[in-house]
Amino acid sequence: MSRIERRFAALKAEGRAALVTFVTAGDPDYETSLKIIKGLPRAGADVIEFGMPFTDPMADGPAIQAAGLRALAAGQTMKKTLKMVKEFRKDDQDTPVVLMGYYNPIYVYGVDKFLADAKAVGADGFIIVDLPPEEDQEFCLPALKAGMNFIRLATPTTDDARAPVVFRNTSGFVYYVSVLGITGTKAPDLKSVKANVNRLRKHTTLPICVGFGVKTAEQARAIAKDADGVVVGSALVGAIAASLTKAGKPTSKTAKAVHELVASIARGVRK
Amino acid sequence: MNHTAPNSFRTGPDENGLFGIYGGRFVAETLMPLILQLEQAYKDAKADPSFQEELDSFLEHYVGRPSPLYFAERLTEHLGGAKIYFKRDELNHTGAHKINNVMGQILLARRMGKKRIIAETGAGQHGVATATACARFGLECIVYMGEVDMERQKPNVFRMKLLGAEVVPAKSGSRTLKDALNEALRDWVANVEDTFYCIGTVAGPHPYPEMVRDFQSVIGRETKQQMLKREGRLPDSLVAAIGGGSNAMGLFHPFLDDKEVEIYGVEAAGLGLKTKTKHAASITGGRPGVLHGNRTYLLMDDDGQIIEGHSISAGLDYPGIGPEHSWLHDMKRVEYVSATDKEALAAFQLCCRLEGIIPALEPSHALAHVMKIAPKKPKDHLMVMNLCGRGDKDIFTVADVLGVKL
Ligand SMILES: Cc1ncc(COP(=O)(O)O)c(C=O)c1O
Repeated sequence: MSRIERRFAALKAEGRAALVTFVTAGDPDYETSLKIIKGLPRAGADVIEFGMPFTDPMADGPAIQAAGLRALAAGQTMKKTLKMVKEFRKDDQDTPVVLMGYYNPIYVYGVDKFLADAKAVGADGFIIVDLPPEEDQEFCLPALKAGMNFIRLATPTTDDARAPVVFRNTSGFVYYVSVLGITGTKAPDLKSVKANVNRLRKHTTLPICVGFGVKTAEQARAIAKDADGVVVGSALVGAIAASLTKAGKPTSKTAKAVHELVASIARGVRK
Repeated sequence: MNHTAPNSFRTGPDENGLFGIYGGRFVAETLMPLILQLEQAYKDAKADPSFQEELDSFLEHYVGRPSPLYFAERLTEHLGGAKIYFKRDELNHTGAHKINNVMGQILLARRMGKKRIIAETGAGQHGVATATACARFGLECIVYMGEVDMERQKPNVFRMKLLGAEVVPAKSGSRTLKDALNEALRDWVANVEDTFYCIGTVAGPHPYPEMVRDFQSVIGRETKQQMLKREGRLPDSLVAAIGGGSNAMGLFHPFLDDKEVEIYGVEAAGLGLKTKTKHAASITGGRPGVLHGNRTYLLMDDDGQIIEGHSISAGLDYPGIGPEHSWLHDMKRVEYVSATDKEALAAFQLCCRLEGIIPALEPSHALAHVMKIAPKKPKDHLMVMNLCGRGDKDIFTVADVLGVKL
């Protein structure tokens, strides 16, 4: 059983949904980002997504675009992101770490080398936005072969005909994108989330986590009723942005702002 | 990379949208069902003679095709070598080759029942062409344009507005063409139901590189016929400028299996390839990566982060190139070279004075290469350059460089 599978099984036994948090690795700088990430489990995060910054994030809204550019400006690289996972793993052996991003930095790093390095530092899975099932031979299949999880996005356009294709080589959990659009711009329509999650369950036994647009404890609570997990990203990244000085430097409030927001949403997920 | 030559260079892409290792469909899942739907719709349209008839009719009566193949006599005399012809796509309605592709895609969008058209634009030529076709068919038109480019290409912004389009500044990243493409993709993800994305070059996810190439291939097909009629034989060489590579692919594709025809694609070398970051030569100065839905040669740093291209020409500063060009490069069927801002500017001025044609800065790069190689060719060497756009849009940029206040 992978760390992701163990975590979802444990939460199922507990009878509650997972809180999955996303922050961009290296935002606003390496040290602050590491402090943020290290404090996430204690604040209530069950699964942690590290965004791997990319200059051209075509599925992300302004908040996560800005986070990526802040991280890159502060000197974040793929190597540093992997180093952060290693640092995180020193204190935490149980919380799953998912690396999320776009394919080009991985392709340039070298798929096999990246998989070996990611595994060595203790990462558990990947969400690569621009790798649909049609491109599975690129990275998804090698990742599965390396014993890592490949988590796919399902969307409102994933109809019953498409769903089997999307779930074919998916493992760990399924990330249901609750809105048609980019991250952090629209609020999810709870009724359609419920209907779609139930519909997708006919196609997969994997846990289904719902994200894109979740900002508050109330939304999280409502989604947690139907889904196995709630993903929060833009709101956390927005909290980082709001805590910075005019020059974009972190303040004493930066990590705290993220942890407080996570704690409040975690209470929502825990009812 | 080492490859053996295929029997034909004209059969790509395969069913996965690949030209060798290049191309593909690297897009978010939200778009995938749509892209498959578009692929099917295009296949159906291609097999339907009434679609081609309708397109041909608009190309003749609205765009003004065929465009002339013109013997550039004074330039030929001046350079003293090859006999130089211009394929005059700058005479098309809206002043560039972009409209060839736009007419095809907009007729397809109509077939698919889409009412909202989005496009990205760099120099503004593709945006103007899209706005034009949308006005003609009463379709809603939204054009994404980098904030920096909106400043550089003000007349085209105003043209698009006159034609009823909404021009939305792309404010993210480097605020140029690549960011306009990102914004258009983001719009598409959010509006998949009713929106058709009209891409302006032979890039993007499959089927765009193939589809745009097919629509632009009218350039090469006409050139072939016109040359046979004028000279009784095929040209010896073809030269075209490359941004994303659509005017070049349009000219080249019908000739790819005519092995004796030399083919040159000219990328923008900006301030020089040695500057590393101040050029837009994806093939001669980049390496393979994945961006905007396809694998192709890209400008990027060692960590896979995209570098914004630089060129005096806003239509050439894209940090990538169409995937079919990447393949043709690896197969060594097409020779990819580059021309600097300075060389393009000199060619621009020469063309104005010798031929009475003000070319766009994009084909001025092609002309710069013609100036390098034509003198070394024999007098019976037939060379065709794609004069794919006129220079009205560029006079402000050129005046600025020449230190003239307008
Ligand atoms: C006149 C002209 N030529 C060339 C280009 C570059 O595009 P492509 O390489 O797709 O022909 C542009 C793009 O704006 C253009 O306006």
